Amino acid sequence: MPGLFCDFRILFTLLILIGASFATVTAQIAVTGETVYTMEGDPITDGVVLVRDGKIEQVGPRDAITIPDDYERYDAAVVTPGLIDARSVVGLAGYYNQDHDQDQLELSHAIQPDLRAFDAYNAREELVGFLRQNGITTVHTGHAPGAVISGQTMIVKTAGRTVEESIIDSTTALAITLGSTVRNHYDTPGTRSKGVAMLRQELIRAREYSERRRDADPDKHPDRDLKLDALADMLEGDIFALITAHRSQDIMTALRLRDEFGFPLLLDGAAESYLLTEELSQANVPIILHPTMVRTRGDTENAAFDTPAKLSEAGIPFVFQSGYESYVPKTRVVLFEAAVAVGYGLDRRKALKALTIEPARILNIDERLGSLQPGKDADLVLFNGDPFEYTTRPIHVIIDGNPVYDYEQSSDR
Amino acid sequence: MSDPTVTSGCCPLRCFRRRYLLSPALVLMILFTAMPEVSPGQEQPIAFTGADIITVTGPTYEEGVLVVQDGAILAVGSSRSVTIPDNAEVVDVSGKVIMPGLVDPHSHIGEGDGGDRSSALHPDARILDTINPRSDTFRKALAGGITSVNVMPGSGHLISGQTVYLKLRQVNTVEEMLVYVDEENGIYGGIKFANGTNPMRQPPFPGTRARSAAMVRALLIKAQEYQARMEAAEENPERMPSRDLGLETLVEVLEGRRIVHNHTHRHDDILTAIRLADEFGYRMVLHHVSEAWKVADEIAASGYPASIIYIDSPGGKLEAIDLLPKSAPVLEDAGVDFGFHTDDSVTDSRLFLRSPAFGIREGMSRQKALESVTIANARQMDMDDRVGSLETGKDADFIILSGDPFSVYTRVEQAWIEGVNVWDYEDPEDRKFSTGGLNVYQGGGYGHHH
Repeated sequence: MPGLFCDFRILFTLLILIGASFATVTAQIAVTGETVYTMEGDPITDGVVLVRDGKIEQVGPRDAITIPDDYERYDAAVVTPGLIDARSVVGLAGYYNQDHDQDQLELSHAIQPDLRAFDAYNAREELVGFLRQNGITTVHTGHAPGAVISGQTMIVKTAGRTVEESIIDSTTALAITLGSTVRNHYDTPGTRSKGVAMLRQELIRAREYSERRRDADPDKHPDRDLKLDALADMLEGDIFALITAHRSQDIMTALRLRDEFGFPLLLDGAAESYLLTEELSQANVPIILHPTMVRTRGDTENAAFDTPAKLSEAGIPFVFQSGYESYVPKTRVVLFEAAVAVGYGLDRRKALKALTIEPARILNIDERLGSLQPGKDADLVLFNGDPFEYTTRPIHVIIDGNPVYDYEQSSDR
Repeated sequence: MSDPTVTSGCCPLRCFRRRYLLSPALVLMILFTAMPEVSPGQEQPIAFTGADIITVTGPTYEEGVLVVQDGAILAVGSSRSVTIPDNAEVVDVSGKVIMPGLVDPHSHIGEGDGGDRSSALHPDARILDTINPRSDTFRKALAGGITSVNVMPGSGHLISGQTVYLKLRQVNTVEEMLVYVDEENGIYGGIKFANGTNPMRQPPFPGTRARSAAMVRALLIKAQEYQARMEAAEENPERMPSRDLGLETLVEVLEGRRIVHNHTHRHDDILTAIRLADEFGYRMVLHHVSEAWKVADEIAASGYPASIIYIDSPGGKLEAIDLLPKSAPVLEDAGVDFGFHTDDSVTDSRLFLRSPAFGIREGMSRQKALESVTIANARQMDMDDRVGSLETGKDADFIILSGDPFSVYTRVEQAWIEGVNVWDYEDPEDRKFSTGGLNVYQGGGYGHHH
């Protein structure tokens, strides 16, 4: 969550500024599209997006905008903002799927809120490049589901040679898991109720720690404890609790915990959310929905292709994610997950929102990202047709005003 | 040594077929008993009119006519060329698209298994004996428009067992789902081979690629010797070698009566599979062939067909990190006879049509994309005389789609097998297998890697 409370975040801001100065902001760009989805009102037919110094300069219909002569020209059937993957493990989990590139889940203990995602993120991971080619320009990534608290998450652009160059938000959430998967990785907890008990005990400790570290009297401040620091940040509302819960009972537990501790909640997974539309409407909690094509087994055995359509009808905010796969596909692609949701009844415009402006809003990065608006980052995807059709594809991807992918020039053609 | 009561090549299943399946009347009786809600046999012709009919092997007829009777295609063509029989039930499917039922040549639906850890080689193990005909995974495949499927054991062995070709008829027994490819010999499927890293582990499994090839060659040489002893016996029961279920099966392979479905990923493993098939002269389909794009010309020159898989991202296992979607257009350009498979649950049967659609995205032709989920796969299972295209005389196995097969906005509305409507999106009890949801899928049939 943006907001600089800890020293390391200030450090990161400096690193980002340094990184930005290295970034190769080249030519100014004019993108024309038969349909331009700005995600700020209706799409523009025959629209133009002007990009200057990495930011969006101007957006509008062709006849209302003068394209300067020295702007590099790009043209496409459809133009959208860069797509946002609202929950991934990419960069921590690599495509080799061998021990040396699997840093998404530390097995030494079930509660490790001190694990920072940026200490493990590989900006040059193949899968990051793969997502970039598919129009994913921003990823909320980090530690995987599967522990009571597996660690921290962060938000990165899919461009940049180092994590410092890529990062948007160094610490976004703590990844918490409810349900039956935790017992597969740890001796304890071995049950749901034990997992919740361990979590509550830790949160109560963190609440005391939070009170003490905010005491006006410095003598009463506690010794630094990295685990409690992170949990206190969450209880103080600076970072989210990203709670993975698929079964209806686990979803209700997530809401119960939020009510008890008052942390900002992102509900992750939520395979059975369609059983709880009333409760979730009242709870007013954003859902980072499981990949539409998640395999129907274990806690997700009741997942359905039409859950996005049902949540949309119920007015419950949700966004798409690539999630975590232990095998193949080693990363999913939110564009494809949204496409299947559209095939199963989700309104196309709502699907596009759930890939752009909605995740930007729920992740608190909408000042910079999520729509084509002057002043925002120039992250754009140019498609050769309907973005959701299987047979079409991104032909250009632009991040921070830099063309980072050109299908015609790509090696995998 | 030999058992005089057993004649050469006869297996229990063949006897079963002779006793029960040669009688069409009995087949009808079974259908009556198992599915009282459908009209068996379709003695009354049904004519589907108004839909665009993709025959795959012939033209696509805009607003064409498809007439089916007695489980077979009576006529297919343009509305001008096809005469609808007077007694036909006419079904108006205007605005829809009809194409052949999809054929999945590599799937793990049905909750079956294969060989165990006692050996790396199990040519005797039949997945047939382990299939659950009531598995919800069969309904899932129907929801994706799949009507015929090669159900295979896994790839954790050099030879994991015999595969079975099934039609997804809604019945009570696996026998009623069978499709005999060799009625005379009672061969009801192929056999699964694998090379590369999946079968490599602690003894008695091979630890290296060279040991893998040596073990398969040694067993096939044994099978050649067994075959020679059988031939030398000249059908004299006294001189026949004692029955060996594994070697009997491999003799079927050597004689080209049972097709080898060979799991293989890396380019060098692909070439090893080709080398062995050439040495022993068996028929083979190359499955997965992740690095096919690296050796497309070699595959084309070998003449073996290939079955590829589309995965949403690269990686996940070392020998498949170079699995790239461009294999589809590269194989097409090289002239390889190939199709797609689901490898369900690696990819979801409900979304089988995504695979050829992504093939088109990568540059393959629309015609090849159509063939790659129908007739090309039927050829790989010796079923192309019965399924895989809409032609007069072939089985009335077809699907009705709401639109273009390769569009994300299209849904499978109905699946028909031998003139029987076996899946209908309008029926909530069927539709739930398309969407999923509470207590629809019970997790059956999952759990192995490929």
